[in-house]
Amino acid sequence: MSGVLHQVLSGLATGSIYASLALALVMIYKTTHHVNFAQGEMATFSTFIAWSLIEAGFSYWVAFLLAVAVSFVIGLAIQALLMRRLANAHVLSAVGVFIGLLLIFNSISGWIFGYTVKAFPSPFESGNEKPVLGGYLSAHELGASLVTLAVLLAVYAFFRFTTLGLAMRAVAFNPQSSRLVGIRVDRMLALGWGLAAALGAIAGIMIAPIVFLDPNMMAGILLYAFAGALLGGIDNAAGAVAGGFAVGVIEALGGAYVVGTELKLTIALLSIVAVLIFKPNGVFGRHVVSRV
Amino acid sequence: MLTSAAEPMPPLLEARGLKAAYGPSTVLHGIDFAIDEGEVCCLLGANGAGKTTTLRAICGMVRTEGEIRFCGERIDGRATEDIVRRRIAHVPDGRGTFMELTVEENLRLGAYLRPTAEIPAALAEVYEYFPKLRQRLRQQAGTLSGGEQQMLAIARALLLKPRLLLLDEPSFGLAPIVVEEVFALLERIKQDQRLSIFLVEQNANLALALSDRAYLLETGRVVMEGTASELAKNEAIRRAYLGF
Ligand SMILES: Nc1ncnc2c1ncn2[C@@H]1O[C@H](COP(=O)(O)OP(=O)(O)OP(=O)(O)O)[C@@H](O)[C@H]1O
Ligand SMILES: [Mg+2]
Repeated sequence: MSGVLHQVLSGLATGSIYASLALALVMIYKTTHHVNFAQGEMATFSTFIAWSLIEAGFSYWVAFLLAVAVSFVIGLAIQALLMRRLANAHVLSAVGVFIGLLLIFNSISGWIFGYTVKAFPSPFESGNEKPVLGGYLSAHELGASLVTLAVLLAVYAFFRFTTLGLAMRAVAFNPQSSRLVGIRVDRMLALGWGLAAALGAIAGIMIAPIVFLDPNMMAGILLYAFAGALLGGIDNAAGAVAGGFAVGVIEALGGAYVVGTELKLTIALLSIVAVLIFKPNGVFGRHVVSRV
Repeated sequence: MLTSAAEPMPPLLEARGLKAAYGPSTVLHGIDFAIDEGEVCCLLGANGAGKTTTLRAICGMVRTEGEIRFCGERIDGRATEDIVRRRIAHVPDGRGTFMELTVEENLRLGAYLRPTAEIPAALAEVYEYFPKLRQRLRQQAGTLSGGEQQMLAIARALLLKPRLLLLDEPSFGLAPIVVEEVFALLERIKQDQRLSIFLVEQNANLALALSDRAYLLETGRVVMEGTASELAKNEAIRRAYLGF
């Protein structure tokens, strides 16, 4: 029984990472109607930035904040330089660009920082403390979950309670009407990309101590996040976050009790395919109610 | 050269030789119109005449040629959000409300350009005109009745504190009694605020009753203009648009 609890808690801990990456995917999806396949590689690149800042002698949290800020700017730049031109492009052109971005970020990471696997420090562990919560979680798992949860709550509050957040949601629903109330649509789209990139950066930095840092670090993680987003509903932020946590738990339980670690990705994906067969919009995907 | 006489006030909105096109097909073939400060002006015409396109042209939502001036300054070729920032509010056909958002969120978006300090008073003012909206603040806009949605769309536009209000068929899809309600409200708003309005309407009777002046559009050309009462008396208009 305590074994199950252990798996659930550690599933929730990794799930929090999937959840924030899933949220980043949803934020881009809602405005562009495309899945940003490059989200994972962008996060890896951000993690490398944090790593080199730490190597250069910056304290952990300064490096963390700087890397998140730089990622935010990279997100803005991608929207302004690339996506703006792509607004009316064919779906396949867009997919091509996203895959191109994936490859570019992947090879830039490898070219600048090398392909050798690197250890990434955790701010929550100095190496000799005991597992917390009665041994159910490592200190890093707990710390990373708390950071991610705090970030998710902050993002929620931003979209729910601020005028800027409301304007960004309005743009996602209806760009034309947004212009008619005076919202600068392009700026909101850029801001969305910036926020998504920053979210990805936080996810990357938080998971790096667990999975180690190399240019392909996020490939598998993005798959889990994508699965989570689909599970919850790719156009539903709250659903995608819940989906991310669910995938984390399914992965942990499935890996421990059903198929072993080699096949846990498979079981996570299978369970999602099963859900989508019955609920194509995701568990929480909603149909917009409207009267004509 | 010295001129002692004051320049005559330019009209609030003035279009000269306005053309508009969707891709290769030209829809407006060079039209002229002007709206003065405090004036209610309506644009009549059959389906497909180009009325919606005219309003879209003013807001920079369609490719145009020719001049559009607002308070004497060129606004043609500018981005929609910049034109809106000069406080031209547009209630488009289809209303342009955010269906997925709540009534309250729609209203907050309407006041997007207003300084935070002004918003409570501005909201109180629109609740005065639209008391029903106040009872439905938490309701998703898409679930409002057609009439309520039109009220929300107008309320949203008023929250901009517009200098010019563009209304595209506020009666569209509404039961006659609701149409009367909407027009009674517009009349009240006109009286209270001396608001300048450019109104597109199929219901020529109601539109002419509310308006000071009117233009008649036929396949992208202005074929008649005059005071609302002149047009209401005109035989051709009565037969074609007023039905008596
Ligand atoms: N997005 C568009 N693309 C191509 N043609 C369009 C587009 N919108 C309108 N048109 C054409 O432009 C012409 C004028 O349309 P517009 O919507 O301005 O007419 P309207 O006077 O508002 O008509 P209604 O009374 O039916 O609303 C029509 O022939 C229409 O087919
Ligand atoms: Mg029309």
